[in-house]
Amino acid sequence: MKPKKFILLIILSILFYYGDLTANNNNVLVDKISKNLRCLICQGQSVYDSQSEFAVSMKLLIKKKIKEGNSEKQIYNYLKNQYGEWISYDTEINKKTYLLWLFPMFLFIIGGVLIFRKVFIN
Amino acid sequence: MKKNIIYLAIVFSFIFIFIVFYKGIYKTNIYVPNELNNKNLVQFSSKDLFSEVELNSSDLILNNKFTIINIWASWCMPCRAEHSFLMDLSKNSKINLIGLNYKDRPKNAKKFINNLGNPFSKILIDPDGTISIKLGAYGIPETFIINKNNKIVKIFIGQLNKKNLREIERIVEQ
Amino acid sequence: MLPGQLGHYSLILGLILSIGLLSYSFICLKDGNNILQKNIYSISFIQLFSVILSFFCLVYSFIISDFSNETVYNNSHTTKPIFYKISGTWGNHEGSLLLWLLVLTLFIFLFLVNSKNQPKKYRLLTLFFQQIIISGFFLFLLFTSNPFNNLFPVPREGLGLNPILQDPALAIHPPILYLGYVGSSIIFSSSLAALVKKNINSNWAKHIKKWIFVSWIFLTLGIMLGAIWAYYELGWGGFWFWDPVENVSLMPWLCLTALLHTIIVLEKRLILKSWTLILSIATFTLSMSGTFLVRSGILNSVHTFANDPGRGIFILIFLFVLIFLSLLIFFFYQTKETDPEKNFFWLSKETSILINNWFMMYFLSVILIGTTYPIFLEVLIEEKISVGPPFYQKLLIPFLIPFLVFMVIGPNIRWIKDKFNKIKIYQIIFLLISIVIAYLIIKKTSSQYLFTTVLVAGAFYLFFNTLRDFFRKNYNLSQNISHFGFSLFILSILFNGIFSNEISANMKIGDEIKFNNSLIKFMRIETYKKKNYDSIIADFEIEDEKKNITTLNPEIRIYNQPVILTSEADIKSSIFSDKFLVMNLLKGEDYFNVRYQIKPFMLWIWISILLLALGGLISFVKKVK
Repeated sequence: MKPKKFILLIILSILFYYGDLTANNNNVLVDKISKNLRCLICQGQSVYDSQSEFAVSMKLLIKKKIKEGNSEKQIYNYLKNQYGEWISYDTEINKKTYLLWLFPMFLFIIGGVLIFRKVFIN
Repeated sequence: MKKNIIYLAIVFSFIFIFIVFYKGIYKTNIYVPNELNNKNLVQFSSKDLFSEVELNSSDLILNNKFTIINIWASWCMPCRAEHSFLMDLSKNSKINLIGLNYKDRPKNAKKFINNLGNPFSKILIDPDGTISIKLGAYGIPETFIINKNNKIVKIFIGQLNKKNLREIERIVEQ
Repeated sequence: MLPGQLGHYSLILGLILSIGLLSYSFICLKDGNNILQKNIYSISFIQLFSVILSFFCLVYSFIISDFSNETVYNNSHTTKPIFYKISGTWGNHEGSLLLWLLVLTLFIFLFLVNSKNQPKKYRLLTLFFQQIIISGFFLFLLFTSNPFNNLFPVPREGLGLNPILQDPALAIHPPILYLGYVGSSIIFSSSLAALVKKNINSNWAKHIKKWIFVSWIFLTLGIMLGAIWAYYELGWGGFWFWDPVENVSLMPWLCLTALLHTIIVLEKRLILKSWTLILSIATFTLSMSGTFLVRSGILNSVHTFANDPGRGIFILIFLFVLIFLSLLIFFFYQTKETDPEKNFFWLSKETSILINNWFMMYFLSVILIGTTYPIFLEVLIEEKISVGPPFYQKLLIPFLIPFLVFMVIGPNIRWIKDKFNKIKIYQIIFLLISIVIAYLIIKKTSSQYLFTTVLVAGAFYLFFNTLRDFFRKNYNLSQNISHFGFSLFILSILFNGIFSNEISANMKIGDEIKFNNSLIKFMRIETYKKKNYDSIIADFEIEDEKKNITTLNPEIRIYNQPVILTSEADIKSSIFSDKFLVMNLLKGEDYFNVRYQIKPFMLWIWISILLLALGGLISFVKKVK
């Protein structure tokens, strides 16, 4: 085989291999994101698990957005802007959810105080 | 005394919880995101179903009429059921009705239109469903009402009925 | 027709008997002697019998496909296999409520028969409180959820049962779960009775402990069956999704486990009386709240029954009547623990059980708040948010680490007062081995390996300690088996979470994909026609690096009534790992979406839960002897 063709072949193979790798990494990222999204027309399934039209299209859109260079956080924000926070299973920490995240901890501390008083005082 | 205060607090907390649960029962479970109300319609471009020419949504939004985008498919039963309402809407001179054909085969879509009539001034295709998601839709049929300033006024999720039709007519009269 | 009528009238009889027992037991309270009227036994038995009769009438209607019965029409079909016709009886809202009544009436009768060594008035009061619950359910059934509504004209065919419910694990999941879940009603009633009669002593603790164990064992097994069904049947390879319905069964379990430990303290030392009562009341309250959350339509879940606001209102009011009744009784009959000798010393088994409860209540509050917070948010500020697995994992897992360590220390401390002995050599060895093993295992894998290492080390530490405890002389076998089972459970779910691997791809027949040193080959498909569905069975071969071939046959079923497509995963379990393959039809193409997962230690998850329950069973059997 002529040297030029050979080099071209090698370059193409490398590109193909890495292309395949990034495609694979993209797939992994699509899976990761879609596992965290709620399928809005299903009852309690994630976009990853669902095979509904919405879920399939959503996975395609996520893939497109990753190719366009969006980060994971940007994609979540984009979808939350469209569909509301309900679409994401990962609950945000904002002023609407402070109580949600902090109340169990607060109860834990109160429990600790009660036990401390019972055991050490008296 | 302290004990009584604690008891009273507990009783009031339970009354509060009762009221919340009582009201919660009557809340609908159908999720209608209101994120998009009053936001601009996202721009998109796609091929026309019949002419196969690439069109941009901004060209289709006429600034002297209300635009209604209806997302439909030939395989969708409720779309079939609401079609007669769309035919009625198309006769309204204040409305520019645009169809977005969702995840459909062009052949079937054309057959659907030929059989049931074409209420749309233009039909664009969304072969993989990503345009609908870009718009913020999630099921079909879904209908977006857009005013002359490109703002989304209302979204109807699901099959249109007579009540929806009257509401649309009221909106475009303003 | 006839079984429907018979079933319906049985229920009416049951309600009348319930009201009768309410008044009769109230009257008998005034009676001086300590022997329970024989009538009480007979009437309770007749009530139980009337519910059993009603239940069997419904089962019979399902078996013969009597579509004049609305419940049978809504939930069954002539082509269903007979096993699922029978289990379809309790796979719907009305039938499951009949199951509720069955367990409620069964448990009160068994209680009366098994409590002859307890004071009469206490037993009468327990009957009284339980009958309040029972009559509430009779009213609920007869007025909003009658299983014996008539349809006329009689339809020729039923609407069918959702095929994903036609699974053996799911068929027995409700009865077993309810024996635990509904069984906690007797703990509720008897605790209220004991409170009123000031009967809370060591004797009572010993007697109620049996019921706590029975309820706990069945609840543990019931939850396990639900998880098994989710894993084998739902096709996504997981077994717990922190779905509201799942959470609703876990909450009473946490409460009951805490109660199980506290009752031991009450029996031995006669302290923590109020807290024990609070736990007893809370357990059944959580069960009732769970029923409310799941059946009223207030929550959105893959498991929910058909929803109806009217039913929701009824249960809500019923639930709060019970809550306010308990609060009232607690307020009026609560006595202060005045015995000054019964104080806590910090290094004692009592304290370690308090710490156990402390953590259990934290876990409970996380799940309770996570499940109900979206409701509050939606009602109060009209915003809908999701609280999903990330929330529960982030709040629960970090607390497991100290919890595991306490589980090692706690059981080894003596009652009342213990001294700080020299730290034994073997403890240090175990700790070091745990840390080293954990580090070696985790090093190969993910990020966050400091946290995961500590967690795995904690689980190993408990594992080694409980293992060693089997060889000690004065050990508590049941406690040890359960704690060992728990350590195995944590280790299994940790390894399962860390080492699971999967790949998802679209394949057509003849395709091969490489995955993790194995080759997945899509060989062929075959189609069959079965009794109530069409079946497409695929043949996949997984060839590993040693050229061993595993065959997996996932299936797609197209049911005819109702028309539903389901995917049945094929799972090949081996002792250390499961191979899990599921496929889905892609619309309009000859490609299939294929998902292959390697799930380590699945079998050990089920074995460890069985060990957990076994420990409880051994303890129960010992007490009964």
